[in-house]
Amino acid sequence: MTLRYDVVVVGAGPAGATAALVLARMGLSVALVERGPFPGAKNLYGGVLYLSVLDELIPDWRSNAPIERVVTRRSTVLTDGRRTLTFALDDPDWARPPYNGVTARRSRFDRWMAEQAVSAGAHLFTSTTVTGLLRNDTRILGVQTDHIDGEIYAKITIAADGVNSFMAREAGLYPRFSSDHLTLGYKEVIHLGAGTIEERFGLEPGEGADLEVLGCVSPAIGGGFCYTNEETLAIGVIVSLSSLASTGLGAPELLAQLKELSYFRNLIRGGSTLEIGAHLIPEGGWRTRPSLSAPGIVVTGDAASLCLASGLWLEGVNMAIGSGKVAGETIGQHLQATDEPLPPGHYDAALQASVVGRNLQRLQRTPSFVLDPKVQHDLPRIATSFAHRLFTVDDRSAKPSLGALARRSANEGGIRLRTLGRLAFDAWRAFR
Amino acid sequence: MSEHDTPPHHSSPSTLGAVLEAMDFDVAPTAHITLDSSRCDGCSTHICVSACPAELFVRTSDGGIIFNYERCFECGTCLHLCNVEGALTWQYPTLGHGVIFHHG
Repeated sequence: MTLRYDVVVVGAGPAGATAALVLARMGLSVALVERGPFPGAKNLYGGVLYLSVLDELIPDWRSNAPIERVVTRRSTVLTDGRRTLTFALDDPDWARPPYNGVTARRSRFDRWMAEQAVSAGAHLFTSTTVTGLLRNDTRILGVQTDHIDGEIYAKITIAADGVNSFMAREAGLYPRFSSDHLTLGYKEVIHLGAGTIEERFGLEPGEGADLEVLGCVSPAIGGGFCYTNEETLAIGVIVSLSSLASTGLGAPELLAQLKELSYFRNLIRGGSTLEIGAHLIPEGGWRTRPSLSAPGIVVTGDAASLCLASGLWLEGVNMAIGSGKVAGETIGQHLQATDEPLPPGHYDAALQASVVGRNLQRLQRTPSFVLDPKVQHDLPRIATSFAHRLFTVDDRSAKPSLGALARRSANEGGIRLRTLGRLAFDAWRAFR
Repeated sequence: MSEHDTPPHHSSPSTLGAVLEAMDFDVAPTAHITLDSSRCDGCSTHICVSACPAELFVRTSDGGIIFNYERCFECGTCLHLCNVEGALTWQYPTLGHGVIFHHG
């Protein structure tokens, strides 16, 4: 039997499930193809979902989505490998709807998202891996799979197959395989129990914390994270592939380095590890996106590198949902009007004008700023050293001026104050 | 509630190997990644050995590399970092096989 649909969506992550949901609601026939035994089985993320992007699509998500905790604390931790300097915002407003960030398990959240698409009429194929594209001389015609029926034909194919997108590569949308702009996320999930988590973090039941760490994977380039689920704590590192290559270090030893900091050692103490995993992240942002479409195919979500890794804002799942929505709407409106091929550049333009596109364009300088060795290594070292001098009371002599403290900390870090000024300028330019 | 939702009651595994042993892998009968280690002779970095987060590439005493696909996270690190043409063939596992994350 030959399977034919209006649209085949490959990958039932947030991008693919959203595109399928939108298309199915518009009355189009949609196949949603997932290689895992259930949506989310292959997925891993680094901590927080920002779901206001769902308000239009699934207005009642706050009462129905499988959420672990509502984030009420957002912390940034700087470390020199021993000391930690923490900036934290505790915001009680975030505890109440509309909320800000929430934590979830992807095995539940992605499955729930895909269920919304199925309820709207999409056909979900699980345990089905796409093994190649079907094409003629002019366009992509669908996908070849390992499913018993094999080929799935469609008027338009959506590649939402994640960061390694073999489909986008086979369609010629990525120039080449490259480790540039890719980081590796490596995460351990530790069971502590809800009560212990709330006690250690000083949280009310149901509330959660999100910590982002800078300086913890030195001499490699990247960062760390720690966030609370209902019963478990997730702790992990992000490390650029190029710095894995240049340092010869591995993610497990870098995570061990993070867990050795007294700050984190005490948070995870006595816990038992349930799961470890790793996943790549397309951190290059707007400048490293591939061509977003070719005749018969569009790319969305991580597969299109539509991920915001800006240091201040670290967002992937909402970017995936947002871009999947644009793909679904653009293709849906087109197919409702005509069976002609999607005009070239149609989806690209819609994405560029969307919130996802506007955020990524505005912040396109931030990924290289955040991954700059000065920001990665010098900034946390100097900041923690400055705080150490500032708060260490030594009455053998009178207190030095703040300027003198800053100069001493910078000198100790081997950097001139002028360089720090330059860094501040770069930061302003990247984030303005 | 599946077995994977149940927290362990006793002291838990702490090393990577022991945790992986207890995780959910639906191991496929055939490998989704294969390594032609004869091509690794010309590689000076052997970056796969240190970079693979599941530590699946192991150096042998005669200087070669062996690879075991069974506890693979399917992340793609080796695929992107290996710079020896033709040393790795890399596909996602088929028919739902491979790693299953419950806490991803």
